[in-house]
Amino acid sequence: MSLLEIENLSLTIGATPILKGVDLAIAPGEVVGLVGESGSGKSMTALTIMRLLPHLARAEGRVAFDGIDILGASEDQMCALRGDDIGMVFQEPMTALNPVKTIGEQVAEGIRWHTKAGRADAEDRARKILDRVGLPEAKFPLSRYPHELSGGQRQRVVIAIACALKPKLLIADEPTTALDVVLQAQILDLLRDLVSENRMGLLLISHDLAVVTEMADRLTILRRGEVTEAGDTARTLSEQSHPYTRELALASMHVPARPRPHPAGSAKPLLEVESVGRDYPGRRKSLFRPAQPIRAVDDVSLTIEPAQSVALVGRSGCGKSTLARMILALDKPTAGTIRFRGVPITGKPESALRPARRDMQVVFQDPYGSFDPRQKVEKLVAEPLHLLEKQPAKAERRDMVAHALQEVGLGPRDMDKYPHEFSGGQRQRLSIARAIITRPKLVVADEPVSALDVSIRAQILDLFAELNQKLGIAYLFITHDLTVARAMADEVLVMHEGKIVERGRAADVLDHPHSEGAQALVAAAPDLHRAIARRLQEQG
Amino acid sequence: MTAHLLKRLIIAALTLVLASIVVFAVMEILPGDPARLMLGMNASADQVEVLRNQMGLNAPLVLRYLHWAAGLLSLDFGRSYTYSVPVIDLVRERIAVSLPLALIALALSTIIAIPVGVFSASRQGRAGDTLAMGAAQLGVAVPNFWFALMLIYLFAVWLHLVPAGGFPGWSAGIWAALKSLLLPAVALALPQAAILARVARSALIEVLNEDYIRTARAKGLPYRAVLWRHALRNAMIPVLTILGLQFAFLLAGTIIIENVFYLPGLGRLIFQAITQRDLIVVESIVMLLVAAVILINLLVDFSYAIVDPRLRAIPGKVRSGFPSGIAPKQILRAVQRFRETRNRSRGRQ
Repeated sequence: MSLLEIENLSLTIGATPILKGVDLAIAPGEVVGLVGESGSGKSMTALTIMRLLPHLARAEGRVAFDGIDILGASEDQMCALRGDDIGMVFQEPMTALNPVKTIGEQVAEGIRWHTKAGRADAEDRARKILDRVGLPEAKFPLSRYPHELSGGQRQRVVIAIACALKPKLLIADEPTTALDVVLQAQILDLLRDLVSENRMGLLLISHDLAVVTEMADRLTILRRGEVTEAGDTARTLSEQSHPYTRELALASMHVPARPRPHPAGSAKPLLEVESVGRDYPGRRKSLFRPAQPIRAVDDVSLTIEPAQSVALVGRSGCGKSTLARMILALDKPTAGTIRFRGVPITGKPESALRPARRDMQVVFQDPYGSFDPRQKVEKLVAEPLHLLEKQPAKAERRDMVAHALQEVGLGPRDMDKYPHEFSGGQRQRLSIARAIITRPKLVVADEPVSALDVSIRAQILDLFAELNQKLGIAYLFITHDLTVARAMADEVLVMHEGKIVERGRAADVLDHPHSEGAQALVAAAPDLHRAIARRLQEQG
Repeated sequence: MTAHLLKRLIIAALTLVLASIVVFAVMEILPGDPARLMLGMNASADQVEVLRNQMGLNAPLVLRYLHWAAGLLSLDFGRSYTYSVPVIDLVRERIAVSLPLALIALALSTIIAIPVGVFSASRQGRAGDTLAMGAAQLGVAVPNFWFALMLIYLFAVWLHLVPAGGFPGWSAGIWAALKSLLLPAVALALPQAAILARVARSALIEVLNEDYIRTARAKGLPYRAVLWRHALRNAMIPVLTILGLQFAFLLAGTIIIENVFYLPGLGRLIFQAITQRDLIVVESIVMLLVAAVILINLLVDFSYAIVDPRLRAIPGKVRSGFPSGIAPKQILRAVQRFRETRNRSRGRQ
């Protein structure tokens, strides 16, 4: 018998249909993956099971959990279920914990609420589950506050809260999307172990096919609120009988065409980074001893040649973004020099940096946060033009913006729109248009596709590749996603704890990593091909 | 943390010094000769000159400032021109009325505002919220002296529950004294509570959209428990900020309210002193009020750290005094909202 049965579930918020006739079932001890792109209704399905939907949401159909009619249950009944029989883990560990309460309080709270246990008793149990999720007492006493923990550790606390009372069903909504690949592998391992220990049902929601394939026995694919395909994971993904399944699988393994790769050593370097270091002031432990500085970037050297595409990969916190900021002259190195087109840019005043700024542009991760919402596209895309020696006239400026928009696949008519009128993928195109309008020689892209859906991601990668081929722009991709590095880069640099530990041709480094840091990254990175092969092998 | 507190303390002290210079300078610029005032219009120029020398009014400006400032520090505020008694004696008597009044009003406004804010936030957009916020809008718009008159009419004239004004003194018994402070405190507290309730509501609504509220709900806590245990404390930072800012307006309000209720407090003293050109009294009380406002805001600063553990572990070099991205944004927004509310209500008056 199924633990959770969803039949013909439809959901509307106001007048907007969100889900249309969704069916889903989970048996005890089973892992079911729910896959789809953003806006497909994955999270809303989860929130329906928890009955934590926003106001004005109306659900119809049947949702039965362990014999209880969820849609008809009273709020008191739901409170009894939530956190006790159904646990939930969310996407963003950085904000999922209350910042003003200790982790002990937050884990023990649910235990006390459901079991009516005393404080000491509940804290005892909280301690046990925190130990279980990998937060031992010595380093993580109950009195720690969330801000003293890293993202991965916080996600462990959230999992501890969800699993403290050994729920029959755990819902994990993109539990690892905000984490780097190594942390992702650890958290997925933890979830897998908890499932087998407690014969817990797990509904794993993800946009990442590879992650779901590694974890789920069965999967359900959602598109615009409708189930397009459901069934055994390995079979569904190997047969790819539904066109949308095929589209998703292809998009997540997409490698853009770059007919003219750019091997190293063929030209004079565009960018030279020479034993650059960056120290941050550490926290003072005593009033009398000076604080020990934290070395974010340690003796890093690298070169990028014109039209070369280089990927800088590493775990979060390894110093890659700090390095990028220094290359962009947004931060000053504490040691070493950076030369761009042969001219040092370190320690220069802002006025002397103008030529370098013009020839070096940046694309950020978040297509939502990097635009002023009150300005029109024309102004936003034209922003870097003030770096030109000769300021273009108004008509000329419009022409340049129109041209840049065309190059990234948007129309000149988009010039008079505001950022909110564009989708996430289109906004990333806007930020690329803004980056290329001054015809830069180098574009630094900091996780440029990690906030995007797989199909959009494939398109943006194609765009990057096309601009590289057409305009000869060199790239520095900063990413923790090895598939991006593999798809886009001529050369890969692996960064680990502030140092570059490995470099070489993309395929060499990613297929045969030598250093420990690189091996850990490669081993942890989910890979759809490998995952499907392993599943098929397991099933014989 | 200690470094942070120390820094705040130093800033507060510097603010106080700056304020004292401004107060002193303004008093110097104002027309009117205190010696002439004390002696009356018929005194001869010689008599005035003698008195000026006696009072030290002919000494150089800087010396006079230093003398005055040193006096303030040792609680020697000088002698009142009109009453001819040490200002400190006047102040001591009056502060026994004004301080309890301000504290009761502050406590009342918080006690009223927080539950109303919670009530409204939890029923966002529904009838209860609209009603409560309508009442708050009224509270912001109506001046406190009008409230005071209505309260007197209702509770003193009609119901005879409390005296209509005057103060029997603490020697008449605590209950009798408190009773005569009750109406003025309510009149002072209501407009403050109205603003505070609006701030509390919007801060709470913002917090209720946070991810950790969803986490708490997913634990199985009922909505009410989530609201009080998880949301409220997180909404306290903007509320505390406004509470600190409001305190200055509360003090200004006491000047009017004490006059309406005929209370022998600092407010009435400063009012009388101004009309009588008793500059030394005015100076002293203004300095006291400035010190009180600075002190309250210092306490607010410290209380942030009690409310939010993230503000306790600040290394010395954080720029704004807050770890990046948390409190200032919230506070700025709260302050902005507060100003908007206030300006709107002023426009109406």
